[in-house]
Amino acid sequence: MTRQKARDYLLSTISILLVLAVWEAGVRLFRLPIHLVPSPALVLAATIEHWPSLLSQSVWTIMAMLAGFLTAIVVAIPLAMLIVVSPVLERLIYPPMVATQSIPKIALAPLFIVWFGFGMTPKVAVAFLIAFFPVVVDTIVGLRSIDPAMIQLARSMGAPPHRIFLKLRFPNALPSVFGGLKVASALAVVGTLTGEFIGSDRGLGYLLLQATGMLQTPLLFATLVTLSLLAMAFFFLVEGVERLLIPWHVSQRHQR
Amino acid sequence: MRGEGSVARAEAHRQRSGAAANFIEVGGVSKVYSARDGNSTLAVENVTLDIRSGEFVSLVGQSGCGKSTLLSIIAGLIEPTQGQIRIDGQVVTRPYTNIGIVFQSDLLLDWRSVLGNVLFQFEMRGEDPRPFEKRARSLVASVGLDGFEKKHPFELSGGMRQRVSLCRALVHDPPLLLMDEPFGALDALTREQLQVDLQRIWQQSRKTVVFVTHSIAEAVFLSDRVVVMTPRPGRIREVLAIDLPRPRDLDVRESQAFNQYVRRVSRLFQEMGVIR
Repeated sequence: MTRQKARDYLLSTISILLVLAVWEAGVRLFRLPIHLVPSPALVLAATIEHWPSLLSQSVWTIMAMLAGFLTAIVVAIPLAMLIVVSPVLERLIYPPMVATQSIPKIALAPLFIVWFGFGMTPKVAVAFLIAFFPVVVDTIVGLRSIDPAMIQLARSMGAPPHRIFLKLRFPNALPSVFGGLKVASALAVVGTLTGEFIGSDRGLGYLLLQATGMLQTPLLFATLVTLSLLAMAFFFLVEGVERLLIPWHVSQRHQR
Repeated sequence: MRGEGSVARAEAHRQRSGAAANFIEVGGVSKVYSARDGNSTLAVENVTLDIRSGEFVSLVGQSGCGKSTLLSIIAGLIEPTQGQIRIDGQVVTRPYTNIGIVFQSDLLLDWRSVLGNVLFQFEMRGEDPRPFEKRARSLVASVGLDGFEKKHPFELSGGMRQRVSLCRALVHDPPLLLMDEPFGALDALTREQLQVDLQRIWQQSRKTVVFVTHSIAEAVFLSDRVVVMTPRPGRIREVLAIDLPRPRDLDVRESQAFNQYVRRVSRLFQEMGVIR
């Protein structure tokens, strides 16, 4: 098991090094100008040079992203529960929800700027809107996926509906909920960045536009790398929480 | 403590009623399922059946003959369109809870250990499971799962999972056990082993068991009486008392008497056109 793991890590490292090597070789071979594609070494140099500003801008992006993501969870999961519990609420909530989702969230960003100004709020709002939908949908799927015979069994044990929901339906839905959360974690990054693109004087999205405007392509790449590291860290954080909360599912998934 | 109470009640019931009294009375039960398009299906038609306390009764029939529906009606999980069920003298109008049920699917919770799954019975009843842990452990050991208490369902084979499911149905010591094709999804060898185990448990505890199966041999091997049901709509075609000495071991299946019972049931199915 551990040897297998060590081998997996080794292979991933090799594959990343290979990509970097091809990149470096390509830049040298085709003599690509710096403002188009800087070499990995130059990107690293730019990362080190701009580290303080990369770090301080990341803080803004992370805060907006987390705020949007957490709001999405807090709103989406109870909403999904209501939809599953009551057919009337489902009819009431579902159509407007799907209608909002059909508007591209990026198109809403300018409106949010008008409403909320240039601060953090419009970024949080876009991140929330874009992250929210997969959590609702996957939570609903999870809550509905229980075997009807299981509910029958619980009723024969005299369990009242709230206990069936809390001890059966909800834990049973968690794997699906986390599926939605993982998608949402990636989308929250996209939403935040969109907000920052439309109007901002802070954050990695702002830095990206600055670097582009000044044709500082190495900085642009350094920002991209930072962004992808950030998004990955966020994803693995969600997966870590999943491992903690539903180890039974995670271990099962890896076995099959 | 409701748990101790229900155990005590079950005990009192056993003393009161004795072996001869009718524990379950199925009185003229019919069930019509109405579909949304206006069509309706008659699943069970006018079934009347008395089951004595401590008796092992099997319902045998073709898939879709309503035997599972009948079982759910007895459990109070489905309302009959006509007729009524009495258990222990009381008309059943809602899910009957002094009961253990085993379905074809083991319905174990993936997120709980073997012991946790067995004790789930008490949690669903709103009782503190801790006082029953010892009983749960000994029950788990009695079906050969000693040492597996901490394992999770995905670490177990199908037969082991169904044993856990059986323990969950027995842990609160209900007087009545309903089993809906419990061994249907298992391989032949595991199935035989579980039949032997079930018979042993039944003989020790003397619970009333209603057992649904489509295996004639399984029904004859386990039961005091075999109820042969017609294809849909499910009616009782015949009730056969199985007069074979207990405890029965697997060798009984080689005996002439056993095979005569099997042939009789089989012939009934041929007459009904179920077997051609």
